[in-house]
Amino acid sequence: MIQFDAVHKRFPNGTTAVHDLSLEMPEGGVTVLVGSSGCGKTTTLRMINRMIEPTSGTIRVNGEDVTRQDAAELRRSIGYVIQQAGLFPHRTVLDNIATVPLLLGWNRKKARARAAELLETVGLAADAGKRYPHQLSGGQQQRVGVARALAADPPVLLMDEPFGAVDPVVRTQLQDELLRLQKELNKTIVFVTHDVDEAVRLGDRIAIFRTGGHLVQCAPPAELLARPADDFVADFLGAERGLKLLSLRTLAGVPQGPAPEGGAWSLVLDAGRRPLHWASKSTDAELPVRALKDTDSLLSALDESIASPTGLVARVDAEGVLTGVSSRDDIHVHAGQAHTEARAVAA
Amino acid sequence: MTVDWSWIGDHTDDLTSLTLSHLQAAMTAVFLGLVISLPLAVLAHRVRPLRGFLLGLSNVLFTIPSIAIFVLLLPVSGLTRTTTVIGLTVYTLVVLLRNTVEGLDSVPAKTKEAAKAMGTRPLRTLLTVEFPLALPVIFAGVRIATVMSISLVSVATYIGDGGLGQLFTDGFQRDFPTPVIVGVVLTILLAVVADALLVALQYVLTPWRRRRA
Ligand SMILES: Nc1ncnc2c1ncn2[C@@H]1O[C@H](COP(=O)(O)OP(=O)(O)OP(=O)(O)O)[C@@H](O)[C@H]1O
Ligand SMILES: [Mg+2]
Repeated sequence: MIQFDAVHKRFPNGTTAVHDLSLEMPEGGVTVLVGSSGCGKTTTLRMINRMIEPTSGTIRVNGEDVTRQDAAELRRSIGYVIQQAGLFPHRTVLDNIATVPLLLGWNRKKARARAAELLETVGLAADAGKRYPHQLSGGQQQRVGVARALAADPPVLLMDEPFGAVDPVVRTQLQDELLRLQKELNKTIVFVTHDVDEAVRLGDRIAIFRTGGHLVQCAPPAELLARPADDFVADFLGAERGLKLLSLRTLAGVPQGPAPEGGAWSLVLDAGRRPLHWASKSTDAELPVRALKDTDSLLSALDESIASPTGLVARVDAEGVLTGVSSRDDIHVHAGQAHTEARAVAA
Repeated sequence: MTVDWSWIGDHTDDLTSLTLSHLQAAMTAVFLGLVISLPLAVLAHRVRPLRGFLLGLSNVLFTIPSIAIFVLLLPVSGLTRTTTVIGLTVYTLVVLLRNTVEGLDSVPAKTKEAAKAMGTRPLRTLLTVEFPLALPVIFAGVRIATVMSISLVSVATYIGDGGLGQLFTDGFQRDFPTPVIVGVVLTILLAVVADALLVALQYVLTPWRRRRA
């Protein structure tokens, strides 16, 4: 757990970057810091590993005041991922990843073996290890950055816009992998981003900052979306925050029935009962079907119910075999309930 | 101007020892220049107010005519190799100091930050991150300093040293061109070979810069 207690940071030039911040970042959870540019997110993050010293207040990591510890040793126990990776250009990928283990005094062989293992963990091919950072793509470099931060298995991970410089497709991939990793590793992660969707996707809690280093609200994503504390938060979350909330809910509870026989359109299945497309009975028109699993979000169900010619959403099991269909109305009702529930939890 | 090949044949031992002595004077100067420049450059790089002073000082030293330096050193170290080496070292400082400072400046702030954030202490960062990344710029300085020193050694003939430079005085005094030509050719050869070796050394020391598209 990371605790900020009345932390204030004023730079020598008079800028107040963080204003009287008291905040708890729970153990084993992802706390996302969001807010417009210059609101103090990076400063907050960097005070945790003492890259920046607070002007007043205390920061504790797992109960220990960070200023009581040797700064270099503290930093070795906290993984840090920077935007555009910040890799060492003169070291191979393997040696980049092995940085902290080597600082901790591991022998070279053990450090390299650990690095090779991490290469696989973050989804890179083994032969990438012998290359230099400039020989990798931006997305690959970012993965190396994550591997380097994880090398000594630190309980805490600080990530400052780690996926800010890659294209949306790679970004989504990296987010997926982080979620997968986090399920296994259960690190205490502090993640800075500008992107509300990324925050909603990754965060167990989201802390929204306003310029001047003021924390406005810190809450789980659903609560934040359902009950923004004020207009600033509501504006920041954007006009579609109602829909964003649906991205947090799954389709699991929505009732399903058998695919109807009558009507203008029928659902065509393959031999293994996997949905292929919607076929018109009067013309030979075909429309694509996006079959959804129980784990897909209510938002994608809503989207599909609008796109589907019948207003029906095809539901499948993990193997892609049809289990039934859900109606637009049922999905709407559940979407509404999701909001009601989120408001109730928040209240 | 014809070359008397038999003179060369008769003097191979002398030529070899002069060449080695020439090379030794130049290399010692570059080595000492580095030993002095590296810590001073770190100081100039870290302590901004010192930077202008140190770089300015090395510039001033550079403008002293080479013969004047030897003359100034005579009361201190006399007609010795030490005088030659000190004189040459003073000249290497201007390039070595400037290039090392520029090399350290060229290390991206982001990379130094990353080293610090991983828990690397300042001295280790200097040795394992800053110097290696500054190496290409430092090497450019070492190459200039080496070639410059090799050509300057001859000036020390005035104080009775001067390696291959002795061939020039010998040739002029006897109005005999062969030693002069041989001296010039060997000096150039020495400079070219030394430079090529430094390029090779840099290639070996900076593997990350190879295969760069
Ligand atoms: N070293 C510094 N000296 C003076 N002011 C600083 C320094 N570092 C940051 N600031 C100021 O402190 C404020 C907060 O900066 P910070 O980098 O924490 O913002 P941020 O939320 O991370 O912004 P961004 O989203 O653009 O990365 C800004 O006004 C910034 O200009
Ligand atoms: Mg920032």
